[in-house]
Amino acid sequence: MTEIPNPNQILDVDPLMMDLLLDHYKHPHNFGPLPGADIVHEEGNPSCGDQMRIALKTHDGLIEDIKFEGRGCIISQAAASILTDLMKGESLERVKEFTKDDMLENLGIPIGPMRLKCALLALKVLKSGVYGQAHWPGEEEDE
Amino acid sequence: MTESALRIAPSGFDVEAVRRDFPILDRKVHDHPLIYMDNAATTQRPRQVVDAMVSYLTEYNANIHRAIHTLGYEATVAYEDAHKKVARFINAKSWREIVFVRNATEALNLVAMTWGQANLRAGDEVVVSLMEHHSDIVPWQILRDRLGIVLKFIPVTPQGILDLEAARRLITTRTKLVGLVHASNVLGVINPAEEIRAMAKEVGALLLLDGAQSIPHLPVDVQSLGCDFFVASGHKMLGPTGIGFLYGRKALLQEMPPFLTGGDMIATVTTEGSTWNELPWKFEAGTSAIAEGIGLGAAIDYLSSIGMENIYQYEKELEHYTLEQLNKCPWLTLYGHRVGEHLAVFSFNVEGAHPHDAANLLDRFAIAVRSGHHCAQPLMTHLGMDNTLRASLYLYNTRAEVEVLVGALQEVRKLLVR
Repeated sequence: MTEIPNPNQILDVDPLMMDLLLDHYKHPHNFGPLPGADIVHEEGNPSCGDQMRIALKTHDGLIEDIKFEGRGCIISQAAASILTDLMKGESLERVKEFTKDDMLENLGIPIGPMRLKCALLALKVLKSGVYGQAHWPGEEEDE
Repeated sequence: MTESALRIAPSGFDVEAVRRDFPILDRKVHDHPLIYMDNAATTQRPRQVVDAMVSYLTEYNANIHRAIHTLGYEATVAYEDAHKKVARFINAKSWREIVFVRNATEALNLVAMTWGQANLRAGDEVVVSLMEHHSDIVPWQILRDRLGIVLKFIPVTPQGILDLEAARRLITTRTKLVGLVHASNVLGVINPAEEIRAMAKEVGALLLLDGAQSIPHLPVDVQSLGCDFFVASGHKMLGPTGIGFLYGRKALLQEMPPFLTGGDMIATVTTEGSTWNELPWKFEAGTSAIAEGIGLGAAIDYLSSIGMENIYQYEKELEHYTLEQLNKCPWLTLYGHRVGEHLAVFSFNVEGAHPHDAANLLDRFAIAVRSGHHCAQPLMTHLGMDNTLRASLYLYNTRAEVEVLVGALQEVRKLLVR
């Protein structure tokens, strides 16, 4: 057997972590429409058909409320649930500082290359919304 | 196996004997024996194919065509023989009608960029089906933008078969070529090539068949199919990656301009210009994938030794059995497989489970299936399908493996459905 880590190891993790992700997936936090939002952005991942919209209500550069809608796999939905929890009450600057690695760390499980796009979809949608798509410098997809 | 009767069919097809030829089937994944059901993406290779390639690489490795030495001669003969094996396998009139390329995608691009570029004019029509793989859509879209040709799509009925009524309307006297996937990599349906051929002939259009999915599983006879072009990939028929072939009627290939140019494909080169080599070398520029070509020849020997008719019959039984098992699961949505003839290729979804997650979990049971859009987005959109799981079986799969798949799908459902 080779030493190459299995790209699909994602579901072979600590059962507690798995339960946590499944819980986010089955009962996502901050899920639904956000009437009166001042920042709304939607993007999809054409290779897997996932679609996500994130809406923010901001005041003086602070995120007063944040919600997401969309469909997708466990990873993308759990990531959106976790990310919106983290960003509620934070500043828009915090969103800009929040990196890909921060996102992966907060998922708490190893993400193989085949599921990286799923894990980062929410962050991409949020950052594109906050920066305004034209102004976001973007992030390297891979190291 | 639940039925030993099937294992040793009257034809002598012995799945256990076949499995012994594939060393990878002894592999375990996550401590379970591998169940490989991603054959529409790529198949496994029997020892015989690997051995043939190793033999070339370790015993007579040399470049082909112009070497005077012994190794060069042996390599040239083996590589030409591989073309001859393909020609016999598909009943081409001459082995010079077989051009080796990297894969079916390259073969389709070759036809579009040489025959298409030279023969199509603004307003001419190319008709393909909505079931095509992207590789039989995108090259024609590029020609449409370049030349102003019209690209039309034969729709698929809600039952997942080609809409022949619509085809009759869409194929007109302006149609110059009809491109058709011989068997769908998503739905598994085998398309009625002869009927489409008749429609194409009536208006004087050429018929191009994409046989990437069909030739691994059914006997193919290009003369009785009456197609003008036929393309396939080696790695989907037990051969290596990096090798595939284009069959074209000799008269067409002779008239067509070359594709890639440079070494090997020329007869003479002067500073003023060049003349082209004879077929098929005119279309095989540069040093070829020699080991891979020889490997493809060995794959064809292997398939022929079992017999395509036997393989077809065995897989047909397996298809029926799998269909029966999947149909027992009311929480599973299966696409197609209602009317018409099918390969053992199944696209489906477990209600409430994202196909990526389901595929991920199936991998824990060592079951390799595909999830996604299968490089056929227009078909998926047309049938209102989301991404799907796809299990695609081959001659080494068994009923017992199908039972494990269905059991594992039940587990997936338990875990994921919210």
